[in-house]
Amino acid sequence: MNNIKVLMNGIIKENPTFVLLLGMCPTLGTTSSALNGMSMGLATMFVLICSNLVISLIKNLIPDMVRIPSFIVVIASFVTLLQMLMQAYLPDIYATLGLFIPLIVVNCIILGRAEAFAAKNGPVASIFDGIGMGLGFTIALTLLGAVREILGTGKIFGLTIMPEEYGMLVFVLAPGAFIVLGYLIAIVNKLRNN
Amino acid sequence: MKKLESSLLNMTVVLTVISVIAGGLLAYVNGVTEGPIREIKEKALADGIKSVLQANEATVQQIDTIDGGLAIVYKTDKGTAVQAINNSAFGGSIKVLVGFDAEGTILGYSVLEHAETPGLGAKAGEWFQKGAKGDIIGKQPAKNNLTVSKDGGEVDAITASTITSRAFLGAVNDAYKAYVGEAVDANSGATQQVNGNN
Repeated sequence: MNNIKVLMNGIIKENPTFVLLLGMCPTLGTTSSALNGMSMGLATMFVLICSNLVISLIKNLIPDMVRIPSFIVVIASFVTLLQMLMQAYLPDIYATLGLFIPLIVVNCIILGRAEAFAAKNGPVASIFDGIGMGLGFTIALTLLGAVREILGTGKIFGLTIMPEEYGMLVFVLAPGAFIVLGYLIAIVNKLRNN
Repeated sequence: MKKLESSLLNMTVVLTVISVIAGGLLAYVNGVTEGPIREIKEKALADGIKSVLQANEATVQQIDTIDGGLAIVYKTDKGTAVQAINNSAFGGSIKVLVGFDAEGTILGYSVLEHAETPGLGAKAGEWFQKGAKGDIIGKQPAKNNLTVSKDGGEVDAITASTITSRAFLGAVNDAYKAYVGEAVDANSGATQQVNGNN
């Protein structure tokens, strides 16, 4: 029961993108389409689950003063691992996603969760936190990407909804990311307050 | 279990152990994935060469690297495929593979790597194909002026992506130069841009 609460916490109450406003760099940079946003979210979720698990297992072996470098080494190892494995066994997905994978290391959600959750809780709860936060991040990025894609190019997941001529280019470019993110956060805040 | 104290010895030992384990694990996985990654890259290149030469089978007979990797010429039994790079694209560099027949006519092309804006410059992969608006297939860089119409050439640039189009055509022209054996200049898009503005 408690684990389900931890899971939902990441998706709604402490959504990393809409509520905590963590990891804005990949959020704004990679959401030019729904598929890109979703891929980035899923890759981040994988690393988040693995790093949360390992860090919660070794948390008592790490002296406090060197915990940040230790966490970074763990996270960076998983990211590199993911990159090599995807390149070797999932080349199609890697072709779309490859650019974003190294960015995961500097995603502050992962270090943030390692520090705020995994370093204080047991392995099972940490896995649930990783899944919840990862899903929250994936949903947010997919939504952001979908809105930008449909306003910018008239497509969603590559399927044409309206002719491309009606697309507003600004939404595909960086300023559009800020505009859409701002409106989405406003909508989420409104919904949360009700 | 109690948390380890932050003494100098503890910190040094823990960081060293973590780094060694991480390093060892990565080295092992790298060893395992090295082979498959190389095979995939080779297959992607072979498929690319076949597609730009419009051939079902093509055997690479000779590979020449020109100007330290700025262009790579793959001579096959069905024609020549040239990989060229241009560093003046909107998002950095753009890498293309262009297929030529024996007369120097463009048979096909493929954009291998780019970092252009989705919805704009990223359209380069389709824009210049046969039947599309900026069709370059069947043209000869020796006879046709393969620059964007804004610069006096005969190719329609991608709408709102002139910089990408210049870089792309720069790479195609470099590929042709490498094909005929001239020196290439990976920054030629920028030079054309300056000329165009004057």
